[in-house]
Amino acid sequence: MTEQTFILNGKRVSVDVDDDVRVLWVLRDVLKMTGPKYGCGINVCKACTSHVNGKAFNPCSVRVGDLKSTDEVTTIEGLADTADGDLHPMQQAWLETDVAQCGYCQPGQIMAAVAKVKQAKAEGREISDADLDEIRNVCRCGTYVRIREAIKAGAANM
Amino acid sequence: MPTSPPSDHSDDGSKSGLSRRRFVGYVLGGATLVVAADLRLGTPAYAAVPSIPQVPEIYDLEDAQVDAGLATANLIKIEVNKDGTAEFSLPRMEVGQGITTSTAMIIAEELDLPVSKVTVKLAPARPELLFNQLTGGSNTTVSTFTPIRVAAAIAKGALLEAAAIELGSVVTRLKSKAGVISAPNGKSVTYGELAEAAASKVVKKVEVELKPRSEFSVIGKPVKRLDARDIVTGKKKFVTDLDIPGALPTMLCRAPGLNGSPKAVRNLRVVLAMPGVTDVTMIDTGVAVRAETFGQCIDAIRALDVDWGSGKVEGEDDASMLAHLRKAELPLVVPKVPILAGQVEASFEFMFRSSAALEPNCAIADVRPDKATIWAGLKAPIVAQGHVAEAVGLPLTSVTVNVVTGGGSFGHKLFDDAAVEAAKVSKAMAKPVKLMWHRADEPRQGRMHPMATSRIRATYLAGQVLTFEQRHTSVATDFSHGFGEMIIATAAKLPPGAVGLGLSETIFTLTQELPYNFGVVTQLLSETDQRFNTGSMRAIYSPDVACANELVIDMLAKKLGKDPLAMRLAFLKDARIKRVLQKAAEVGKWGRPMAPGTAQGIAIHREYKGATACLVEIDCRPATVNRKVPNGVTGPRVTKAVIAVDAGLVVNPAGLKAQMLGGLSDGIGLALTNSTHLKDGHFLEASWDNYFYTRQWNTPLEFECVVMPPETDQPGGAGEAGVPASVAAVACAYARATGKVPTRFPINHNTLSFEPKPFIPSVPESPVDGLAHTF
Repeated sequence: MTEQTFILNGKRVSVDVDDDVRVLWVLRDVLKMTGPKYGCGINVCKACTSHVNGKAFNPCSVRVGDLKSTDEVTTIEGLADTADGDLHPMQQAWLETDVAQCGYCQPGQIMAAVAKVKQAKAEGREISDADLDEIRNVCRCGTYVRIREAIKAGAANM
Repeated sequence: MPTSPPSDHSDDGSKSGLSRRRFVGYVLGGATLVVAADLRLGTPAYAAVPSIPQVPEIYDLEDAQVDAGLATANLIKIEVNKDGTAEFSLPRMEVGQGITTSTAMIIAEELDLPVSKVTVKLAPARPELLFNQLTGGSNTTVSTFTPIRVAAAIAKGALLEAAAIELGSVVTRLKSKAGVISAPNGKSVTYGELAEAAASKVVKKVEVELKPRSEFSVIGKPVKRLDARDIVTGKKKFVTDLDIPGALPTMLCRAPGLNGSPKAVRNLRVVLAMPGVTDVTMIDTGVAVRAETFGQCIDAIRALDVDWGSGKVEGEDDASMLAHLRKAELPLVVPKVPILAGQVEASFEFMFRSSAALEPNCAIADVRPDKATIWAGLKAPIVAQGHVAEAVGLPLTSVTVNVVTGGGSFGHKLFDDAAVEAAKVSKAMAKPVKLMWHRADEPRQGRMHPMATSRIRATYLAGQVLTFEQRHTSVATDFSHGFGEMIIATAAKLPPGAVGLGLSETIFTLTQELPYNFGVVTQLLSETDQRFNTGSMRAIYSPDVACANELVIDMLAKKLGKDPLAMRLAFLKDARIKRVLQKAAEVGKWGRPMAPGTAQGIAIHREYKGATACLVEIDCRPATVNRKVPNGVTGPRVTKAVIAVDAGLVVNPAGLKAQMLGGLSDGIGLALTNSTHLKDGHFLEASWDNYFYTRQWNTPLEFECVVMPPETDQPGGAGEAGVPASVAAVACAYARATGKVPTRFPINHNTLSFEPKPFIPSVPESPVDGLAHTF
């Protein structure tokens, strides 16, 4: 076992776990941070989407040993703290659009949406339908159309 | 309030007989106000009775479920707390369909309390409820609407009585609004302040009158999901999020062949010594590994060296299974028609499809020598309780089954596969376990919608359709989750046409209705081959049957020289369904000019005490079909969709619209992309990059759902109603855009769009390059 340390939702965490345990299980099983969900374990369904240093990543496919002690991991639980207000504008848009059904994929959807919008903004443009078509997060309840509406609404307030 | 003789309900005088609003319920003994109503107070079963033709028109699966519930005498309770909130344990399962929200709305309406002050939890398994604790067939609101209203109305009555004493007034002069009761003199008191005063020491039977529809202020207005904030902040807990002491992550290494069992583990010591691993045990469905993290379970599964027994369908593949089905097809027996009659004949194939939700099968089990406790997402928890008791050798009364909100179901959670597995593993290890299926296990070993064929022959003459015969043949559908028993219990009440059939055939007969004036109509099911893990995926037979029927109706329209919309309007029997069809056509601009390679498609479905129509536009041009998405299936794209739905009295239109969009997403996938391939005795798919459920790049850019104003006081079903018309509309649009009627679904099935993952080890390794794919 090795001591692993990184920053999780603004706080430094240290855990004793082998290098090759994937970050998803360190978050969920060791740190009991259950917002990121398991849906495939091979970086396909994107249910675990979280942020590392402000960019979207999938903790199911990153070894905890590959995180640096300065790396900042943000899960859905810490998203609101990255923006002003009670909730992040994307979470607010999700509520206003009443996106969720079962809710299982939605934390990952929101984290992917925030990163996608930031990516477009960094390239100096608004989020487009072509960008939205690139989002890979599976929603088995099929809420895709409302996800698209919410992302456009959330982007306007980011 | 005076006690009345124990009559179930009396008519309020309306000639229609539909507005029966007087019911009997109970004030129970308690420290604060507790009221109850008998769950048997289901909606009157025989609402609209049109002329003869088919069974579902007079008695459908909804009625069977309502009547099955009537066989049990059981109370559902609402408690009013000192903080002014009302609490209710719903004997149904929330899997995303929004029933906790709609149930809170029903209580809020009748109790004059804000929706936010109603707490709806899921009841644990209550064996005394028998069939009345099964979530399926889009039946929740149909069967719980009235009893919940009765209980809430009784609570309001008791609060008013207590308030009359408190405020020195009489009940008839008091007004209740938003959890506050006020008297004409301006004095008021809150429900919270009355919760104790309104309580009773003894059980009192009381009669109440329900609010008339004209006074509804909550029901029928869109309300956002009550758990939405918990969802968007990551607080909503699913089974694997629960922290049950000692319940460590547990997964199974499964056989390479479908339903194979392990014979021996060759490297037990090696695996037991792996990091984090605490236990390794063999059960009938695989080798279970318990570890500190799920990641370590995955590593251990990959390291296991197991001697496997053979699979149960060795040597079978798609082609051999289709050949079995063809042999089992019942003959078409067209009655004598005039010699000049024309004929349309078609035969369709529907491949196996996984019913897995995004949350994989999972359950927590803590089995001790004298008792067992289960936490799982279960739509038939009473059946699960029995299966667990049997699996671990305990009496039913020693097994507690807690129902946890599920991450989707689509029929999957009717089954207790994970709960029973978890119980067996927990017993074998003598430790609590948090058992989860790997994603790879779901399409390979999990429940699926069975492969089916649908053969249709129709005859026509002089602008009329004389006969329409359908022979639907399917790999056996497993109804062992209690649905079967429920139907059998109603057998005495089934109409003549449905008596004497097998279980699947009964369900088919109760659900399938071809609502057209097509002369002699016969729709028959035959099922064969029970070796597969099947289930009743969202809308059971209807998506396949509707797809086949509506394609043939377009073929008939062509023969009769009619436009598809005009054809349907000319032959549909029922005003309700014509209304939704016309609405969808109008909103979707049916008949607008479309570019070559693109087309509109329109289709209907009649079920769940309602009617649905769907119009889609599809783009089948090469530039669209051949667009590339890495590891994704693109193909034709549905660019626009409109659904018009009449679901009877709608509690929450926002929830209904969500269900329709979900039904459309399913319909697009069923028509175009999602299926499992059987080859060499096992299914090839092992993840979401193999099983092509609808994704963002397949989603229409325009979607509209019109909820028709209710013409009845009776709620219909919502959860499944969107699927059949959607899959049919997409298929019809595809046929019109390409000029070729597809006969195998999904249309993409003949192309294997991925490299199958290995079968040994049974699960893929988690990648390590995630940091190279950030965005």
